[in-house]
Amino acid sequence: MNRVDPATRTESGPTRARSLVVRNLVKEYKAGQPVLRGVSLEIDGRGITAVIGPSGTGKSTLIRCINRLVEPTSGEILFHGQDLAHLRGHALRAARRRIGMVFQEFNLVERLTVIENLLCGRLGYVTPLKAWLRRFPERDVGRAFDLLEAVGLKGFATQRADALSGGQRQRVGIARAIMQEPDLLLADEPTSSLDPKTSVEIMELMVNLAGRENIPVIINIHQVALAKRFADRIVGMSGGRIVFDGPPSALTDDDLKTIYGGEAWLET
Amino acid sequence: MAGDVSAPSPPTDERRLPRASWLVRLGWLALATYVVYAVSLLDITWERFYAGLGHGATFVARMVPPDFSRWELLLQDLAESVEIAVLASFFGILIALPIGLLAARNMMPLWVTWPARALIAVCRSFHPIIVAILFVKAVGFGALAGILALIVASIGFIAKLFAEAIEEISMKQVESVRASGAPFLNVITFGVLPQVFSRFIGFSSYQLDSNFRVSTVVGIVGGGGIGGTLFAAFQRFDYDFVCAILLSIIALIMVVEVFSARLRATFQ
Amino acid sequence: MLAAEKQWQRFTPEERLAGFAIYLGVVAAVVFSLRTVEVIPEFLQDAPTQIGDLFYRMWPPDVRYYPATVHDALLETVHIATLGTVFTMIMAVPVGLLAARNITPHAALNTLAQLILVSTRSVNTLVWAILFVAVFGPGALAGTAAIAFRSIGFVGKLFAEAVENTHRGPIEALRAAGAPWLSVLTMGYWPQVRPAFWSIILFRWDINVRESAILGLVGAGGIGIVLDDAMNLFQWHRVATVLVSIFAVVILAEVAVNAIRKRII
Repeated sequence: MNRVDPATRTESGPTRARSLVVRNLVKEYKAGQPVLRGVSLEIDGRGITAVIGPSGTGKSTLIRCINRLVEPTSGEILFHGQDLAHLRGHALRAARRRIGMVFQEFNLVERLTVIENLLCGRLGYVTPLKAWLRRFPERDVGRAFDLLEAVGLKGFATQRADALSGGQRQRVGIARAIMQEPDLLLADEPTSSLDPKTSVEIMELMVNLAGRENIPVIINIHQVALAKRFADRIVGMSGGRIVFDGPPSALTDDDLKTIYGGEAWLET
Repeated sequence: MAGDVSAPSPPTDERRLPRASWLVRLGWLALATYVVYAVSLLDITWERFYAGLGHGATFVARMVPPDFSRWELLLQDLAESVEIAVLASFFGILIALPIGLLAARNMMPLWVTWPARALIAVCRSFHPIIVAILFVKAVGFGALAGILALIVASIGFIAKLFAEAIEEISMKQVESVRASGAPFLNVITFGVLPQVFSRFIGFSSYQLDSNFRVSTVVGIVGGGGIGGTLFAAFQRFDYDFVCAILLSIIALIMVVEVFSARLRATFQ
Repeated sequence: MLAAEKQWQRFTPEERLAGFAIYLGVVAAVVFSLRTVEVIPEFLQDAPTQIGDLFYRMWPPDVRYYPATVHDALLETVHIATLGTVFTMIMAVPVGLLAARNITPHAALNTLAQLILVSTRSVNTLVWAILFVAVFGPGALAGTAAIAFRSIGFVGKLFAEAVENTHRGPIEALRAAGAPWLSVLTMGYWPQVRPAFWSIILFRWDINVRESAILGLVGAGGIGIVLDDAMNLFQWHRVATVLVSIFAVVILAEVAVNAIRKRII
């Protein structure tokens, strides 16, 4: 197990460049009403981790705190030897470049073409002027086309994003995230806006692509069946705390009741 | 990982980033060329510009501090402008509504809408100042000319937008009121007006704004209000009084804008 | 059901009070204005005859007048309007960005920018023209500057509103990927705002063509001075020619704007 040396705040033990350590994360949107009540989590630098739980329990908040789309109230998020919770400005941007994110509503720039949306994943590596003139490195353009093919959208490069179906847009979203060559992939309810069949296809795609590049994935998902099918590890949250942490095979119906039903999530 | 079968796959297989549309580039180039051409045509040179900046500096120096000593005259003329705006808006809206209704092609036959629309087009085409000049020649100097000119401007704007709003309503709602055997005016009241009311408030408050703005300058051509005082002060080189007048005009317009924004917010 | 429950009132008591207050306010304003404004009733009654007389004197328009004087002045008017709109594009965008609360989160800057926008549009184009004639001397430079400055307030306000109405989603995605702020602007905001921007520019250009026609009245170039001359010399047939040509240009501008709108936006 990784131990953290308090004096130097670096990890000792087997170093995993892609591991994430969340310690005592607290988030209050309104003072005195915490949504996250001291969540602690360690992600080894590999595998698919699915976070499940009822709405409002802080799954999305947890994911978004990691790349600081939401500001944590207190706690630490250690990644690459840095505390993400306290980065600012240039350092924060540099950290974000290494973390890819897939969104529930896809969040593509509708009026740009598919290929341009893919290249948005490399915006952190290109000056604004070059980006405006669309002068991306050849290597990036080549990779973009490769990724397009890998997500099954070969030939769609010059289509405008708003001409695509929901499933196709999410494929572009996944490709964009992978374009960053990230060390961590976050997914915030990536299948909630899709029909069941497409949801399975998207999950398969994410799992395959991330596995191919050895990128650890943290998925916030509310469909338990999908979580059990695709994840290596399931983290169950309830009332802003982690109440289950283990492989899908260990997830019993009682555990599910603890997470979703009964008094557990009514507790303050 | 096949792509969705339903969406068409474009034939292009190129691996290059598509260049920005040459049409767009041509457009920017044409614009730049035009600017150079027009600048030379209008005799705009750097010398004149710099000379002007010098004059401008002296000018501003003479305007500050503003001279409010003749505030009674100022207030009196400002009041006249307000009266012109109020009366023009009131009567303008009153007259514009039936004309707009007559111009709506889904409500009236062609032989009624055609002359109504022609009248509206004529009212719209001329700048209120030009109309004011004509009215001054016809009815003499003073507020009457200003009021009549702004009534014409209001008709041009409000009747047009009112007609457009009526043409965009759902005829199904009108039909259902008609089917109940209601007389024409009731059909208007219950079927048409509710659908156009909020848009009506929108453009009426916009025209109120506009009337206030123009009422402050119709005086320059003899239409009453503070414009005449402003122009006279200018010609006397009484620049600090000019500044005082300008500041009061800006203050008046700001108050009117806040008022009409409030009006829009309440009714929408 | 109790009798009280069966009653229906269209407006709540507060709404009725508010409505009544507005009604009272409007009536008061109109009555007060009617009583204080200096309008001689005889002039009002005489007005239709006078207007008719004026039109009688203007007909028919003097067509020979056109090529000599009117045509060049008309072209100058259009150039003033177009050049002024182009300059406004350059000036209004930064101010609009400052005023947009999602781009500039500092309230002080927002207020400053809004103040600039309100002031520039509160001052009528004609007044701007007078000011610039005093600064730059008579001619088209003053007119162009007047058009440009007046339009900043209009374009800037609508532009800021368009920017504030963009979807947050794509912006979030770009920020999450570590894109620098300028790239978020060009790749996230601009593609969303672009059609609205061009629509606003076209709209303002249309209005500016109308506004440019009168600038000559105060010496700022364009056809206004031709009109002024003809009116001062009581050459009503020539006045008619000028008016008709202004009308034609305005109609042409509107047709052009509608055509461009359909194709590009």
